[in-house]
Amino acid sequence: MNTNPVISFNNVCFAYDQSTVLEDVSFNLFERESASIVGPNGGGKTTLIKLILGLHQPLSGTISVLGNTPKESSVRIGYMPQSAHFDQSFPIQVLNVVLMGRLGKRRNPFYTREDKQAAMQALDETGLADCVARSFASLSGGQRQRVLIARALACDPALLLLDEPTTHVDPAMEEQLNETLAHLAKRLTVITVTHELGFVSRRVDRVLCVNHTVKLHPTSEITGEIIQEIYGSDLRMVRHDHQCSEKGHHHA
Amino acid sequence: MPDFFQALCDPDIAFIRYALIAGILASIAFGVIGSYVVVKRISYLAGAIAHCVLGGIGASLYLQQVHGLTWADPMLGALFAALAAALIIGLVSMYAHEREDTVISALWVLGMSAGIILISKTPGYTDPMSYLFGNILMITSADVWAVLVLDGIIITIGVIFYNRLQALCFDEEFTRLRGIKTRLLYLLLLGLTALTIVLLVRIVGIIMVVALLSLPAAIAGHFCGRLWQMMLVAALLSMGCIAAGLYASYSFDLPGGATIVLLTGGLYLVCFGYKALRH
Repeated sequence: MNTNPVISFNNVCFAYDQSTVLEDVSFNLFERESASIVGPNGGGKTTLIKLILGLHQPLSGTISVLGNTPKESSVRIGYMPQSAHFDQSFPIQVLNVVLMGRLGKRRNPFYTREDKQAAMQALDETGLADCVARSFASLSGGQRQRVLIARALACDPALLLLDEPTTHVDPAMEEQLNETLAHLAKRLTVITVTHELGFVSRRVDRVLCVNHTVKLHPTSEITGEIIQEIYGSDLRMVRHDHQCSEKGHHHA
Repeated sequence: MPDFFQALCDPDIAFIRYALIAGILASIAFGVIGSYVVVKRISYLAGAIAHCVLGGIGASLYLQQVHGLTWADPMLGALFAALAAALIIGLVSMYAHEREDTVISALWVLGMSAGIILISKTPGYTDPMSYLFGNILMITSADVWAVLVLDGIIITIGVIFYNRLQALCFDEEFTRLRGIKTRLLYLLLLGLTALTIVLLVRIVGIIMVVALLSLPAAIAGHFCGRLWQMMLVAALLSMGCIAAGLYASYSFDLPGGATIVLLTGGLYLVCFGYKALRH
């Protein structure tokens, strides 16, 4: 395993005005370690992402991403925001959404042939090559997610950061998406934010549990107790006992 | 009274010809910028910019009459006020996230009331009505040239920055992460919107200009799957509405600006109703 940390947080604190969101966050993620960010809503998942992307500045502590400051590295991160974030009726072709990943590569204000090839390749990789000329608005939820993953890939990223890539996606499509992600994880560091813990334990090497602070676990360590610790013991629905016990048996 | 088409050729009432040419030329800018305004959802900001224009008009009329500054043409004042308003409103919407709408409403009325006061303090009689609701009687060949020049600027910038502006409207955060200076780009878009608004203040007036900016683009948005198609269709719709509105206003002796805007609004409602009924 490579010893260069892809993401390194050192005693990071962050607050919006008066309320502290993240406190004393320290962790290292290494190259090609796929990680999932989990935690309750309001626990600081989105804040953590924005810190990694350099959209927020930490109150104290240091962050390094791909060996530089988050701001300097942001062009090397392929970021996929949540799909709720988009105007569903925006008049735009799939190809042009993906081409946005090529913006800022050079000073030329127009896309080059090379850009279009990169965009086509990214669409190919996410299984959407047939949809190039369709309008983004006419796609299903799962197809839109894939277009946005393709857009993140078109950035030629060293790190993929996907915010809830499987929400609004039906189970069959989710399976396909997970396969795509597993495939990508072979050549890239892939970080996904997710609500679902079952999904985490199957594919991912590390889990970042975010609730006011961040704890890094290898997936084999995730047990019912840890999940309860993150979410609070009164939330029965997040236990996913089936998945946890399966992993637990492996270790026992 | 001669018929509309004869009137277009009549040298004694050249303003009708100028109004039609200026309207058709301005429609191109309206289609392009109106589409950006609609997909970025900033027609409210465009409304505020338009109303601040009156402040600039008032100031230049006052400077002309009271201080004898003959170069202070009302359209120059309008241009200056629109660009200044775009800059201030842009900065407010970027940095004052809380109560953004309140601040913008305040600028909206401040610009307008400053204009009314300055016009009322200008010696001689100036009818603010003609600026608020448009007056095609005031249109000269100089306006046509001004529209042509501004059209050139807007279309050139609109084409060069098409990919970036489209990305800005679709997903500002992602665009910024690609290393594009989105704040400057946003100010550029608001500046272009300000220029576009000034183009048609003479014809449809400050109050109704936003309708002509956003409604054709909104109609086009229902039928187009690409941003550039939306721009093209919006420009054609805007040309059609301006031509038909001028024709109707001449033939039935109606105020020009209001007729144009009423036609555009009616067309929007018909398309909206058609779409709602089909679903």
